[in-house]
Amino acid sequence: MRRVRGAFAIVAVLALVAAACGGKGSSAGGGGGGGGGGAPKAFSYDPSAQGEGQLSLIAWPGYTQKAWVKPFENETGCQVTVKYGNTSDEMVNLMRQQGGTLYDGVSASGDATNRLIANGDVAPINVNSFPEYPDVMQSLQAPAHNTVDGVHYGVPYMWGPNILMFNTDVVKPAPTSWNVVFEANSPYAGKITAYDSPIYIADAAMYLMAHQPGLGITDPYELTSDQLNAAVDLLKTQSGMIKKYWAVYTDEIDGFESGDMVVGTAWPVNQSILESDNKVPVASVIPSEGVTGWADTWMMSSHAPHPICMLKWMEYTLRPEVQTAVAEYYGATPSNTASCPQLNKDLGADAANYHCGDDAFLSKVFLWKTPLSDCGDSRGETCVDYSAWTNAWTQIRGA
Amino acid sequence: MGIPGARRAPGIPDETMASVATAGERTLVRRVSAMLFRHPKTKLAALLAAPLGWLIVVYLASLSLMLVTAFWRLNELSSQIERVWGLQNFHTLLTGAQTTPITLSSVVHSVYTVITFRTLGIAVAVTLTDLTLAFPIAYYAARLASSRLRPILLLAVTMPLWSNYLVRVFAWRIITSGDGPLQSLMRLVGVHYSVGASNWAVWLTFCYLWLPFAILPIYAAIERVPGSLLEASSDLGAHGWMTFRRVVVPLILPGLVAASIFTFSLTLGDYITPVLVGKQFFIGNAIYNLVGLASNLPLAAAFATVPVVIMAIYLTVARRLGAFEAL
Repeated sequence: MRRVRGAFAIVAVLALVAAACGGKGSSAGGGGGGGGGGAPKAFSYDPSAQGEGQLSLIAWPGYTQKAWVKPFENETGCQVTVKYGNTSDEMVNLMRQQGGTLYDGVSASGDATNRLIANGDVAPINVNSFPEYPDVMQSLQAPAHNTVDGVHYGVPYMWGPNILMFNTDVVKPAPTSWNVVFEANSPYAGKITAYDSPIYIADAAMYLMAHQPGLGITDPYELTSDQLNAAVDLLKTQSGMIKKYWAVYTDEIDGFESGDMVVGTAWPVNQSILESDNKVPVASVIPSEGVTGWADTWMMSSHAPHPICMLKWMEYTLRPEVQTAVAEYYGATPSNTASCPQLNKDLGADAANYHCGDDAFLSKVFLWKTPLSDCGDSRGETCVDYSAWTNAWTQIRGA
Repeated sequence: MGIPGARRAPGIPDETMASVATAGERTLVRRVSAMLFRHPKTKLAALLAAPLGWLIVVYLASLSLMLVTAFWRLNELSSQIERVWGLQNFHTLLTGAQTTPITLSSVVHSVYTVITFRTLGIAVAVTLTDLTLAFPIAYYAARLASSRLRPILLLAVTMPLWSNYLVRVFAWRIITSGDGPLQSLMRLVGVHYSVGASNWAVWLTFCYLWLPFAILPIYAAIERVPGSLLEASSDLGAHGWMTFRRVVVPLILPGLVAASIFTFSLTLGDYITPVLVGKQFFIGNAIYNLVGLASNLPLAAAFATVPVVIMAIYLTVARRLGAFEAL
């Protein structure tokens, strides 16, 4: 118990430090963001700085294709090496290897970012030093998953919602609620799919938020243990109706094409691939309860061996033409609104699925963020953290 | 300490040929070889040093490291391993959570108990199925097939092993998935059910994967049964079934047990097949998730001791039944 309290104290001190430098970071404005008095210094992008010649990244597969990495290497002289991470947890582990000196940066999703920030693994970034930053969508200017107490820890890359996708031949009428995947009497029991990760618990919590207001859930990522238990019960009910969980997006595509799956949570890229394959008719909706989603951030290690190249990479990935190229390859939505005209033009009819630059849409998406014991509101330290979520997920999947 | 010298010895003549062959070095080689001749135990040690070193360092050391880790704990806030001894991981395995008291109900409902028995169940089912399938094939190949057909049969049995394991699992994923060949076949006989992503699919895939490992030991055992015993049995008036039950089975029992060791242990340890063709967790999947998802190495190590214990019991019983004589 004393050990736990000690750890809490460390977290509290870290939070205080972050808070202390928070005021500076946000008020730094156009100037070079330099924290003083022992607070961690926020790194600024300097176009004239000479790169170190190397850049070592951790990225989601598909995020660092030759098409946009090669031009970066030619322009900056920073040779890029990439280690792919298949899950957020793997990325967190990689970032901490050898005291964080092995990799310069990571394309972290919201369920990893706060863990990295809380542990001091990533460095504060002066986002105003990037010329493209003013064009970043309003909802991603300072989101909770990468900005703590006003201090930024990286620049946004891609984002996307977790939509409700269904086979239009089988699922009639078109669903308007997530109840088709959660309620025990679902007519599609045995042909449902769900995302295979602890963070999927948030989808159940979001559903309960709308249907069981008595539980008092205010944020699907900030759950007390009673609220988590309610979500786990719902997911255990769902488990019996699941045909197969998908962890890799191709699993869902295979399942829909074979007819084993007809309804479930999906990424927009899955729908786009199914539509271009044209084997089964699919459509998707944003159900009445809302959607969860993910937004990825390029973060820099606090002990990055090549910080200048990393800052150059951040600047480069914010450019509209790069964002468009990544979005089209990966099926995600760019963060930079300046990339939307070109993207919408290239995508044609598909553009509606991407909601590019649509702040009204993004503000309603419950973006992935790491569950922490600090609820982030007046409830204080009464919430359950991510390790409790992973234990709960084992209970759901093992049963 | 005679080992390094002994291992150097074969290299020396070449070197001396290449450089100046002095009488002194020549005698050294002679002395070493004479010494090895006089001390056969040193010779044996020199021979076994490399494989034994491999076994001890790579295999046993990593196994004992795993056992040690099982008694450490994870600091859940920092995700770092704390080297504090305790049984908390085994408590979690028994009850599903560190805070749950050990009661009959909590043990029965522990997710790890459920996963363990599910894995045991499929391992037993696969073993029984494979033995049932393997016996007639092995018997035919060993007793009835002509000498020209026999090698062709054995080649056919081992043929699947020529292709990659993953390729075969993916093939079964396609076969068992909805609208796949299996469902079309079942529809022909009026069964409308998709086995895709179910434990039926996992069972089918495992049975296919390990069948060669069941057939070969049984074939070897049947081949060793003298034909005269079968004739004697029938001379004494025993029916085919009686001969099978009273003569053949007792004689090939070690072969059957040896085959079952393969099918049972391979099923117990596999985690890729359930991921690709199934849906539910088996021991391997739970361990994989504990490492990859939760970074909880101590709990994963503790859970990894469960199949080790199961196999230890299984092998002890198998040894009693004489299985190791037929391997």
